[in-house]
Amino acid sequence: MAGKEIMSTRWTRKDLLGLRELSVDEINFVLETADAFKEVGTRQIKKVPALRGKTLMNFFVEPSTRTRTSFELAAFRLSADVINISAPSSSLTKGETLKDTARNLEALHADILVLRHGSAGAPQFLANRLKASVINAGDGAHEHPTQALLDLYTIRERRGKIAGLNVAIIGDILFSRVARSNIFGLLKLGARVTLVGPSTLVPREFEKLGVEVSHKIDEVLPRADLVNLLRIQHERQRREYFPGLGEYIRLFGLTKERAKLLKPDCLIMHPGPINRGVEIDSDVADGPQSVILDQVTNGLAVRMAVLYLCGGISV
Amino acid sequence: MSATIIRNGRVIDPANKRDEIADLCIAGGKIVASKSKIRNQKSESEEIDAKGLIVAPGLLDMHVHLREPGFSHKETIESGAHAAAAGGFTTVVCMPNTAPVADNPSTIAWIRDRAAAVACVNVLPTGAISKNLAGEELAPIGSLAQAGVIAITDDGHCIQNHELMRRAVEYARMVDLPVLDHCQDYNLVGNGVVHEGYWSTLLGLPGWPAAGEEVMVMRNILLAELCNHHIHCQHLTTAGSVRLLREARTRGVKISGEVCPHHIALTEEAIQNFDTHYKMNPPLRSQEDVDALLEGIADGTLSVLCSDHAPHADFEKEVEFDAAPFGIIGLETELGLFIDLLVNKHGKIDIARLIEMYTVEPARLLKIDAGTLSAGARADVTLIDPELEWTIRIDQFQSASRNSPFDGWKLKGRAVRTIVGGKTVWNL
Repeated sequence: MAGKEIMSTRWTRKDLLGLRELSVDEINFVLETADAFKEVGTRQIKKVPALRGKTLMNFFVEPSTRTRTSFELAAFRLSADVINISAPSSSLTKGETLKDTARNLEALHADILVLRHGSAGAPQFLANRLKASVINAGDGAHEHPTQALLDLYTIRERRGKIAGLNVAIIGDILFSRVARSNIFGLLKLGARVTLVGPSTLVPREFEKLGVEVSHKIDEVLPRADLVNLLRIQHERQRREYFPGLGEYIRLFGLTKERAKLLKPDCLIMHPGPINRGVEIDSDVADGPQSVILDQVTNGLAVRMAVLYLCGGISV
Repeated sequence: MSATIIRNGRVIDPANKRDEIADLCIAGGKIVASKSKIRNQKSESEEIDAKGLIVAPGLLDMHVHLREPGFSHKETIESGAHAAAAGGFTTVVCMPNTAPVADNPSTIAWIRDRAAAVACVNVLPTGAISKNLAGEELAPIGSLAQAGVIAITDDGHCIQNHELMRRAVEYARMVDLPVLDHCQDYNLVGNGVVHEGYWSTLLGLPGWPAAGEEVMVMRNILLAELCNHHIHCQHLTTAGSVRLLREARTRGVKISGEVCPHHIALTEEAIQNFDTHYKMNPPLRSQEDVDALLEGIADGTLSVLCSDHAPHADFEKEVEFDAAPFGIIGLETELGLFIDLLVNKHGKIDIARLIEMYTVEPARLLKIDAGTLSAGARADVTLIDPELEWTIRIDQFQSASRNSPFDGWKLKGRAVRTIVGGKTVWNL
């Protein structure tokens, strides 16, 4: 476990809002801290007192099971007290503003607020106004920093490094906060990133971020060291972006046939939830190259690290 | 009869191609040709020393939202008029997106009565093009004309049905009202909140593409030709709009365009911290668009300057970026910003042309009797100190709202006295 003095020089943030604002050293420090916490999960008693006496509020304005559960469990393992609030049970449905709701939570002495929200920038909005730590658990199509950190952790764990790897992120990039956070993190750590998907969901504008854009998956797969498949998000697509799922699978789905193009040691990742048979074939998702469940396990360690680091600053 | 002599100022009156150091005389609420006319009246006369100041016709902002009736927590006709006076404006043209919507003669009568009772500047109402701004049926445009509107517009909204727009323009021609249009294609723009480009991609905010404006500018050019009647495109923001407008005006099409200060003072980069004070419709654009707007101002393609003064209460703006209302206030900052940007910084036009774009140009377009210092004209006068260095302070605004991104900006040049009908309504 990192000592307090090291922490104070390598980590000074009360909030985690996104990967775009983090330095390479900060990202590495979170990953190193997660190493120490991963070990906790293998103990008989899976609990440390790091956040004992602290109160964490899981404030999920947009629905989520996986991320909320992961944060909740991470907080339990750090001995924090946890309250879950979801949008339907909050006063937001009675017309209260986000600011007022959050200030009320703070008046209850919340130390850490984990926010999932449909609007890009909502965590920053709260972080600027609250003394509590604000952890972004996904804001609109903007960032999902803990997802990208756990992806980085998983890659590093499996491949020993990130610099120099060829990474393909495939699917709905335009509406994906996971894609943006991954792009920022991977580029900072020296990976080469190619975005793959239909031109409507992977516009050329992304090239300005420093990545390649391709609409030909068969050309990208053979040179990839890992592929990160994103879910096709029906619920976000209010307008026409592609002709239908059948055509999507034909052009971009990671079918069994296409998976043969991959290098034998290429990792297959997916932030979940998976649409089996759409962006990825069922067998491929369960195959030996898949690290999808490792991502889930590592997510716990990474979130413990993030809560520990930010929670330690907000005191 | 009271009289005023404004001494030794630089009198700039573009309507009469006048630019000289002179005295300006006012008597009985009107501009008079010479001092002798005043002496003959044996009046007590006030003297204003205008040495070093510009004496301009009262400025006219043809695009403001005064929010009354319906939204008096944002602004009232009274507070908005004070803001106008403090910004150097003697006349403002207010938009019809009130509650009730100004789509009927009685609401117009209410606005005019209210303005006559409480406004310290001239307030000229516009009427809606479509009933309830819904873009489905024509508002009673002829009755609105009789009630005293000076133009029709669905500002804040945009009629998507080209056939309906065509009939509105044809009908407006009959009653001699110009048509003002907020150019936005709803399908292309969708739920866009910021310019579609680098920053929308980076931040994951829904994009508002430039083409969403340009499609409607093109539509308006075609309809202005078809109907042989004037259409004025409001708050233009893109390089494509400037190009389309330039080509059409060269051919003599009855089309014009206006520009707001924020669209040249700022770019899309300003949104990167999700500050809703930078959220407006149309959105802040790219540097290339800003450069094109500056060229459009320099060559006369864009002929009118205005604010799109859009007050909102703090609690309405202090929300998530997606959820915040569009718009910023501008009456008290626009003149300083435009002098500083167009004349001082970029040197695109001189101060005389700037004054023309705030007086003669909108007055001609709206066919109203304003914007000149000719003898006999109503004595609406703005005194401008082009050298005065000042800092924008939102806590000193006369407006009832504070939603401006320009707090703390240091500028050179501002209005120091505003005179309406011979009476000083604001003095720095």
